[in-house]
Amino acid sequence: MSGPEAAGAKLPTPAWDGEMLVRAEHVKKYFPIRKGILQREVARVHAVDDVSLEVRTGETLGLVGESGCGKSTLARCIARLYDLTSGSITFEGRDISRLSRRQLRPVRRELQMVFQDPYASLNPRKRVGTIISDPLRIHNYGDRTKIKNRVRELLELVGLSPEHVNRYPHEFSGGQRQRIGVARAIALHPKLIIADEPVSALDVSIRAQVINLLDDLQDELALTYVFIAHDLGVVRHISDRIAVMYLGKIVEVSPAEELYKHPVHPYTEALLSAVPLPDPDISAKRERIVLEGDVPSPVAPPPGCRFHPRCRYATEVCRLEEPPLVQHGSGSHLAACHHPLDLPEPSAAPRTAAASP
Amino acid sequence: MAEPLLEVRDLKVSFRTEDGTVKAVDGVSLEVAEGETLGIVGESGSGKSVTMMSVMRLINDPNMRVEGEVFYRGHDLMKLTQEQIRAIRGPGIAMIFQDPMTSLNPVYKIGWQISEQIRAHEKISAKAAHARAVELLRAVGIPHAQERVDDYPHQFSGGMRQRVMIAMAVSCNPDLLIADEPTTALDVTIQAQILELIKKLRDDYGTSVVLITHDMGVVADIADRVAVMYAGRIVEQGSLRSVFYDAEHPYTWGLLGSIARLDRPRPPRLTAIKGTPPSLIHLPQGCAFGPRCPYRFDLCTEVPSLENRLGNGHLDACHLDPERKRDLRETAIHPELAGRGQPELTEESR
Repeated sequence: MSGPEAAGAKLPTPAWDGEMLVRAEHVKKYFPIRKGILQREVARVHAVDDVSLEVRTGETLGLVGESGCGKSTLARCIARLYDLTSGSITFEGRDISRLSRRQLRPVRRELQMVFQDPYASLNPRKRVGTIISDPLRIHNYGDRTKIKNRVRELLELVGLSPEHVNRYPHEFSGGQRQRIGVARAIALHPKLIIADEPVSALDVSIRAQVINLLDDLQDELALTYVFIAHDLGVVRHISDRIAVMYLGKIVEVSPAEELYKHPVHPYTEALLSAVPLPDPDISAKRERIVLEGDVPSPVAPPPGCRFHPRCRYATEVCRLEEPPLVQHGSGSHLAACHHPLDLPEPSAAPRTAAASP
Repeated sequence: MAEPLLEVRDLKVSFRTEDGTVKAVDGVSLEVAEGETLGIVGESGSGKSVTMMSVMRLINDPNMRVEGEVFYRGHDLMKLTQEQIRAIRGPGIAMIFQDPMTSLNPVYKIGWQISEQIRAHEKISAKAAHARAVELLRAVGIPHAQERVDDYPHQFSGGMRQRVMIAMAVSCNPDLLIADEPTTALDVTIQAQILELIKKLRDDYGTSVVLITHDMGVVADIADRVAVMYAGRIVEQGSLRSVFYDAEHPYTWGLLGSIARLDRPRPPRLTAIKGTPPSLIHLPQGCAFGPRCPYRFDLCTEVPSLENRLGNGHLDACHLDPERKRDLRETAIHPELAGRGQPELTEESR
C-alpha cells in the first residue's frame, strides 16, 4: 500500500508473516507531574505500565476498562500520538516506536484513528468535503478530480449523501458526525483503525447504526480494528478478542465469547456482573458483585496485584507479588491473577482453595 | 390505587427560539405512587429531563411556556409561589443531577453545602447540621466521613461526588427523589454501587423514585414501572415486565433491539432504528416516530393517543393492531431468532 512518495522513508522490512499487524512489547507510558517554579518532576502517572499485546491482521481487538485504566493512552501509544516512555511498537513487522514525525508519515496512512467526541474531533470551520479530503491531500492521493471523486465515494460508503460535501459539521447530528470521522479515517485505505470510544457519545438507536457501519466496513475493506469502549455489550458485539485493562495493566486477554462465559480474572468477573442487563427477570436473579471503593490512583499504584485492595479473593500473596499474565484454559486465554476463577476444564489452571467462588 | 404522590396532567413545555417554537414536552401525563420507582427512558431530546425539571419548576427561561397541571399531595405545583415551591423542594421532592461536578459548588466544602441545605429547611444549629452532614456522608458510604466532610468537591472522585449529591438529596427525607441520569457519567462498577445505594435508601425510607435514563439495563434493574418517551411524548407506559416482555410500541422494540446485550447470544447485526429523531420544531405529521417506523401505514398520519389498548393497564401510542404487534414483536427485537421456531433460551450469564 505504500506509494512512491513513501519510498524515501521506507526501511527494509524484516521477515513479517503478515499475521501480526501490531505487536506492543513492554510498553510503558508515564506522565510526569511537575510542581514549583523549577517544574521539577515530583511524581509520575503510571498510565500504561508494561503492557504487551498483539493485534492480528483482520481481527477486532476490544480494549475495555474503566476510566483511567490507560486504554486510551495505550491506543495513542500504538498510533504513536504519544512517545513511549519505554518499550516498543511493531507495525507490520517494523519497529515504529522511535520513528520521527517525518518517518511516521507513511505509517500514518496505514494506521488511522476515530475519536470519541464527534463534536470536538471535526474542525467546525471546515466543510465536510475538506475534512475528509485533508488526509488525501496531505498524502498526495491524486489530482483534484480524483480527490473529489474519492470524497463522494467515501461519503456514500459511510451512508451519507454525496451532496453533503459543502456542509459544515454543525449541520449534522452526532451520529452523522461520527460517520464523517469514519470516512476521514478510511480515506487512505488504512490497514488498522483505532477507534477510541467511537459510539459512547451517541444515543442508543444511533449507536447501533454506527456499530453496524463499522462492521460492514471491516468486511468490505478488510480492516483491522482496535476498538476501545467502556460498554462491555458493545465490545463483545464487535470484538474477536478482548483485552481487559486495570490501572495501566492488562489483566486478561481472551477470545470474546470465552471472556464473557468464563472470566478468569476477578476484576473481569466483577466488571461483567456490574453491567446492567435489559431483562428484568435475569437482572433480578443474577448475583451482583459490587466492588468496594474506587480505582486507586495511578500515581502510586498499589504494590503486588493492582486489583488486590478491591478484590474479594485477595490473600497475602496478592499484596506482595505481582501476578504475571499467563495462559489459562485454551491457548489464547491469558490472565494475570494468583487466584484465577474456575475454568470449565478442571485441569486447566492451577487453583487455590480460596479461589473457588 | 390510592391517591398518587405525584400526578402530572397533560404537561406541555415549549421554548420560543429564533428558528421557531421547540415543543420539548408535548402533553405528558404520568403518576408516581407512594414508594414506587418509575423509570423514564428516552434518548437525548425526548423531553424526559425537561418534564421533571418543569415539575420541580427549575427552568427559568423567559422564552419558556408551560401548560398543564402537576399535583403533589394535592397541591398544584404550577400555581405555587416561589417561596412555597422552595418549601417543597428538599423535604418534599429532591433531585439528583447527571453531572456531579457541575452540580456542586467548587468553592465550598462538601459539609458546608450539605448543612446549608438542612438549615434552609429546618431550625437547627450549624453544629448540629454539620453533624448531620457527617452522618449522611456515612450513610451513603463515604469512608472517613468525619474527615472528608471538610474536603472540597475536587478532592472527590466522580462516584464519590454522586454519593454527595445523593446525601444532599436525602438530607431532608424527601417523599420523592428524582434522579436525572444519576449514573451516566460513571463507570459500570461505580454505577452498580450508586444504583445499590439508591435502592437501599428507597427500601429503607420508602421514598418514591423517578429515575430518568437512556439505559434500558438500569431501568430493568431498579424500576417498578416504565415510561418510554419519544419526541416530547410518552409512547409507551406500563409495568416493568410488560414493557420489557410485551412492548407494544415499535420504538420500544427498536430500543430493545439496538442494545448490544450481554445476556443473549451475539446477533450478526444489531437492529438499528433507521434515521434520526425528528426536529422538535418541525414535528412530523401524525405519529412522531412514523418516519422511522418500518410498520408505518395510512393511519399513522394521525397522532396516536396514549391509551390502554389491551385492557391490562399497559398504555401505548401506536395505531398498529395489537394482534399484529404480537406477531411482529419478537422478530422486530431479535430478527436473528426469527424463523428458528422456538427461540432458544440463553445461557445464564454471570
